[in-house]
Amino acid sequence: MSETVTLTIDGKDISGIKGETIVQAAKRAGIYIPTLCDFDGVTSPGTCRVCTVKVDGRAAAACKTRVAEGAVVECDTPELNELRKMLIEMLFVEGNHFCPACEKSGNCDLQALAYRFAMMAPRFDYEFPDREIEARPKKLMIDRNRCVLCQRCVQSILTENDEPLFTVSNRGNKAIIEIDVKKADGIDDELAQKAMDICPVGAIIRKRKGFSEPIGTRKYDKTVIGSDIQG
Amino acid sequence: MGKKITIEPVTRVEGHGKVTIHLDNDNTVTESRLHIVEFRGFERFVQGRPYWEAPVLVQRLCGICPVSHHLAAAKAIDVIVGAGTGDGLTVTADKMRRLMHYGQIFQSHALHFFHLCSPDILFGVDGDPAVRNVVGVAMEHKELAVQGVLMRKYGQEIIAATAGKKIHGTGAIPGGINKNLSIEERDAFLNGIEGNPQLTADQMVDWSETVLEFFKDYHRKNKDFIDGFASFPSSHLSIVREDGALDLYHGVIRAVDAEGNRLIDDVDYQQYDTIISEGVKKWSYMKFPYLTELGPEKGWYRVGPLARLNVCDFIDTPSAQREFEEFRAYTKGKPNGMSMHYHWARLIEILHAAEKMRELLQDPDLQGEDLVVQGRRQPSGVGVIEAPRGTLFHHYDVDQDDQITMCNLIVSTTNNNEPMNAAVNGAAVSHIQGQPEITEGMMNAVEVAIRAYDPCLSCATHAVGKMPLEVSLVDRQGNTIAVKQSNMSV
Ligand code: SF4
Ligand code: NI
Repeated sequence: MSETVTLTIDGKDISGIKGETIVQAAKRAGIYIPTLCDFDGVTSPGTCRVCTVKVDGRAAAACKTRVAEGAVVECDTPELNELRKMLIEMLFVEGNHFCPACEKSGNCDLQALAYRFAMMAPRFDYEFPDREIEARPKKLMIDRNRCVLCQRCVQSILTENDEPLFTVSNRGNKAIIEIDVKKADGIDDELAQKAMDICPVGAIIRKRKGFSEPIGTRKYDKTVIGSDIQG
Repeated sequence: MGKKITIEPVTRVEGHGKVTIHLDNDNTVTESRLHIVEFRGFERFVQGRPYWEAPVLVQRLCGICPVSHHLAAAKAIDVIVGAGTGDGLTVTADKMRRLMHYGQIFQSHALHFFHLCSPDILFGVDGDPAVRNVVGVAMEHKELAVQGVLMRKYGQEIIAATAGKKIHGTGAIPGGINKNLSIEERDAFLNGIEGNPQLTADQMVDWSETVLEFFKDYHRKNKDFIDGFASFPSSHLSIVREDGALDLYHGVIRAVDAEGNRLIDDVDYQQYDTIISEGVKKWSYMKFPYLTELGPEKGWYRVGPLARLNVCDFIDTPSAQREFEEFRAYTKGKPNGMSMHYHWARLIEILHAAEKMRELLQDPDLQGEDLVVQGRRQPSGVGVIEAPRGTLFHHYDVDQDDQITMCNLIVSTTNNNEPMNAAVNGAAVSHIQGQPEITEGMMNAVEVAIRAYDPCLSCATHAVGKMPLEVSLVDRQGNTIAVKQSNMSV
């Protein structure tokens, strides 16, 4: 039997299973904590900090923080929502996100978060970085203009031999996602699709498949991100 | 002292431009130029992008005629994915795209007529500028204004149902279309959008006849102006269906001279660059295309509604055909070179588009499920379409990694560059020559001439947003005698 703990999120009592993260426990209780890099709620890379909450008064990433007995979590507060919005704006300005021509538009988590937090124009200056496109693999391409370095792909897309297909090169603001072109040419369509789907933005794109989903049928065309959790 | 008069901005043209009329010491016109400022560099911008993005990306170069760019790019990319052209696509894809296109033609022509043209003809060239605009039309001709609004809405709803959105949709994809037309959507267009009995396919045909009659009545009463204003002979170019029918979506390139002799005899548009060259002049960012064989001096041509009706042999919808016969008989079967007859031709095309939409909506192929075809990948593709304003060329080269390496666009308004300069000059010569003073009416005459061509300057210069403007007076020695600057919204 797993041990349960009781904690509060925004004043509401919820129960968590010892060892799980605050994001997981909240989700089961129907409370939406905004996330971006988190993809399965189990092994989040913890790179984006969009899920920042306050635990007993101190800021913490809810996707990396385990539930604890009696913890008092604040999530949906003006201060924290403003912080999240700022983080999202920063992600927009440090890449080249041109939603209108991106085929992930409507299926993009970053765009959906921007809508949820009512981002109008970012308060920061656009950096317009020079980013290269990796277009050599037969089935996929990486448009680094749109990469937010969440590392979902690095963690979750593995070849048949359990080797990672995507890796991070360089550090800090020089960091980029690379793909092993030889290995990539060996993958099947299913894995290619999985890689595109796992990418929260339009950085990993399947080749020769664009725009087949009509407007109106895409994930966030009619519902706000998080509404599947919060109802 | 020779002087240069600059009129700007050209109001009521989509986008903007500036006009200079060069006068000699005795106020005779020496030359007139339509200047186009700023270039947005879209052809460079798409380099490196994956080819399947082109139809969605390139339409952004114009907020006014995006559907035309969307479809021209999609047609070029069809060739690249090996789907070919014309009947290479499935019938559902072909007809959905045609419906989208006729919806765009319909709403664009309606916009032009009601917002841009009708103030000129209702209130006259010398009309009070305070009422000579769309608000004036709405106040004095309420019924007409309401029709205009509803006709535009109908066209826009057709676009939304085929492209996914009223502007900047994604419907046309490489080798086909990403949706068909549902029965519910179809029924709404046939029986009334949102239950509005005025928004039906039949009503659109009827209203198109009404506005055409309205224009023809005006023409009967103002023959001198409509026939004589900015009239000049030229060659004409357009695509036509292989049997010679007017076809705004697909066909072969045909051009005729001012006498109606064939200059280009139904050439496959994949070969457009063997028959058309693009000239550059140092005073304009807009290129000057011409028929290579005739050279830059003699090879320029008109495009758009007037050119299309001069080039095609017949129209395959009955009411528009009846009007076409009357139009052709007016010039005894010879090509029509009267700039103001662009309006007449445009309204015949509105009627044709309305008839085409009605015909397509009743076609069960629109509910087909077979949407996309692909074949052998090709390194290069050309897409050509008759956009509302004229022939539009898109050409892409793609490398083995699927990235675009080259993009060349010749937009409708660019094709009409030389004719617009000729029209401006015609207006200048007839209204300004010998007059020591530049009146509001004279200035307006120049604008009326340009508006007949419905130029999309936003699209031709690939410019959007704010544009710095400069007004200058220059004497014959090239000395600037006055400069005025402003910043206008586009
Ligand atoms: S490519 Fe996509 S999944 Fe991978 S790090 Fe960048 S944004 Fe994340
Ligand atoms: Ni345009």
